[in-house]
Amino acid sequence: MPHPTTAQLSRRGLLTGFGVGALGLIAIPTLAGCAPSNGGGGGSSTGSLTFGSNASDPVPKKAYAAFVSAFEKKSKDTVTVNTSDHNSFQNKITNYLQGSPDDAFTWFAGYRMRYYASKGLVGDVSDVWDKIGDNFSPALKKASTADDGKQYFVPNYNYPWGFFYRKSFWAEKGYTIPGTWDDLITLAKKMQADGIIPVAFTDKDQWPACGTFDYLNMRINGYQFHVDLCAHKEGWDTPKVQEVFDTWKELLPYMDPSAAGLTWQEGAQKLGNKQAGMMLLGSFITQQFTDATVLADIDFFPFPAVKVEGTDAVEAPIDGLMLSKKGGQSAPAKAMLQFMGSGAGQEAYYSIDKSNIMTAKDADTSGYSAFTKKLGGVIADAKSISQFFDRDALPAMASNVLEPAMLDFLKSGSVDLKNIESQAKTLYAQQ
Amino acid sequence: MTDLNPISAASVTPAPRRHLRQLTGRDRGVLGVMIGLPTIIQVILVWLPLVASVVLSFMKWDGLSFTSFHWNGLTNYTFALTQSPQFLPALLHNVVWLLFLAVIGTPLGLLLAVLLDQKIRGSRIYQSIFFLPVMLSVALIGIIWELMYSQDNGFINNLLGTAGTSGAIDWFGNANVNLWAALVAATWRHAGYIMILYLAGLKGVDPSLREAASLDGANGAQTFFRVVFPAMAPTNVIIVVITIIESLRAFDIVWVINGGNNGLELLSVLVVKYLVGETQVIGIGSAFAVVLLVISLVPIVFYLVRTFRNREI
Repeated sequence: MPHPTTAQLSRRGLLTGFGVGALGLIAIPTLAGCAPSNGGGGGSSTGSLTFGSNASDPVPKKAYAAFVSAFEKKSKDTVTVNTSDHNSFQNKITNYLQGSPDDAFTWFAGYRMRYYASKGLVGDVSDVWDKIGDNFSPALKKASTADDGKQYFVPNYNYPWGFFYRKSFWAEKGYTIPGTWDDLITLAKKMQADGIIPVAFTDKDQWPACGTFDYLNMRINGYQFHVDLCAHKEGWDTPKVQEVFDTWKELLPYMDPSAAGLTWQEGAQKLGNKQAGMMLLGSFITQQFTDATVLADIDFFPFPAVKVEGTDAVEAPIDGLMLSKKGGQSAPAKAMLQFMGSGAGQEAYYSIDKSNIMTAKDADTSGYSAFTKKLGGVIADAKSISQFFDRDALPAMASNVLEPAMLDFLKSGSVDLKNIESQAKTLYAQQ
Repeated sequence: MTDLNPISAASVTPAPRRHLRQLTGRDRGVLGVMIGLPTIIQVILVWLPLVASVVLSFMKWDGLSFTSFHWNGLTNYTFALTQSPQFLPALLHNVVWLLFLAVIGTPLGLLLAVLLDQKIRGSRIYQSIFFLPVMLSVALIGIIWELMYSQDNGFINNLLGTAGTSGAIDWFGNANVNLWAALVAATWRHAGYIMILYLAGLKGVDPSLREAASLDGANGAQTFFRVVFPAMAPTNVIIVVITIIESLRAFDIVWVINGGNNGLELLSVLVVKYLVGETQVIGIGSAFAVVLLVISLVPIVFYLVRTFRNREI
């Protein structure tokens, strides 16, 4: 040991370095774990709550800000809003709910709500529903109820899916609204002869195709079949599902052939500048028309009748709020959900984002445009309301099985239902 | 080889053992920490997840509570290998990816390195330019190539004069071309990476080797292929391994293009699709991960064996 002192010192330094490094490794996850829960606390009477929002697009983001400030004004509670990117919020939801979630968060009705409720990861809001129950239709209450009969969700708005088109363009070309499937095909033929894309269709994100599938399925096999198929109580390798794809095949030649590379925003653009005749999408499509004259020119018609139940069923996904497990103990968080269940709360949101339909009965709809009234009427008159395939069914089934299969179908015109059924069996058995 | 080992072991081990006895307790402590900490990190970050993946690939688990593990036999593998229609395309695309990088991407990087190793003016500027793609974030790369490939507004379609017409090539949406479009983007990035590695290797080659070669009358090509290239064997092995690893872990570019669908399926994408987010089915995702692991082990084992054999000779 030639230089004991220096050697010792350097070794000690080294050890300290390692020690700090190791501490750092331990500290990072702990700190990260703490960060989102700041301010939330367990205290139910502190008058503050945290709110995780997936409203990352500009219009919904401003709308939720308006809702939150209206709530703060009313209740004197303070709300900390943590906004995440819409898609990544959805992707991280399982980790989010198991980690340190906010007290309240934005979410969807359907399987996606029921699943987390059955796993005990979200807060029961049945007591909130005792106060707001009268303000919602039975269909909406049912959509907010999980398998255990308790409510876990408060609706904010919903939006119908249907065909959107430009009134002036159709008037100029002499197109009329198709009431039946045959009318739709005839119209599409005419449009193709006129040199436009009859049906704007985009499937880069893969989920838009579910809209066409759901509607055809409900129009051919009925609403209950849709529900049972989503729950895999009905099989996929049946003549009923085959008929859906066979019918769809009649429309395929009239749908945008470059759908696989386009986003719905690009499809909306084609509709806006009259390259395409119509587009099946949710009413959020109107967010895309920033030009007021184009926006005023947009109209809507429901998916035409095909075989059964006329046009009774409408696809109208519901967005709203839920509480995390921790938020379930927070009085201010419950107060905020109760406010969301009131006309005043929904009006605050609607004052900014007018592309949706308010769900509370006492919401003031006098400000609705004729177009919005029409959309609202479609939902109000519907005998049954479906969510969307990826909201009603097992997410892995929707994203990893049906959506790629539909994309294949768009390209090849054929679908391997036997394979879909075998995948469905394995996936549903894993839950 | 086996009969050599005992001899070398016998001749080597006594020396360090005597040396060890001279170490104080503190020395041993320091050594223990220096070896122990990386080992712990390695075990926690590499071996535990690996073993967990293998175990989970035979399980049914909802990923939520630790009481809900169920034995699932080979169901997950049956799903991954036979039921999932994406598996075979994904495997094929990984192979195409490897071949493309091996035949075009890596040689292009080597070519750039050799060119920039000449005394060209502004060599460093070129190096920076070619290396830039490696430093860019994936999100930025996605935007850059979207600008190039977009069907209606993209640079390439504008150059071809097809932008906005029905003849516009849908580079990302058309399943016949999007893999190649993605591979061009991947090569753009991969070549810069290989270039830097190879350039560093070239700088390390003893200049006297080249002088000797030129004195013997070798021309440029002969000098490179007969003298410089063999002298760079260690770098070449690294580059081969990196090319293979890059093609097996290819993920980010296809993910930003369209989430790895519609002609861009890769094994890594399948792993992520079944392991991340709402679509999580842990058993199946783990089965895909194990399949990818087994495939990755083949080249890794091959090159480790080769490297160690070379070292013994």
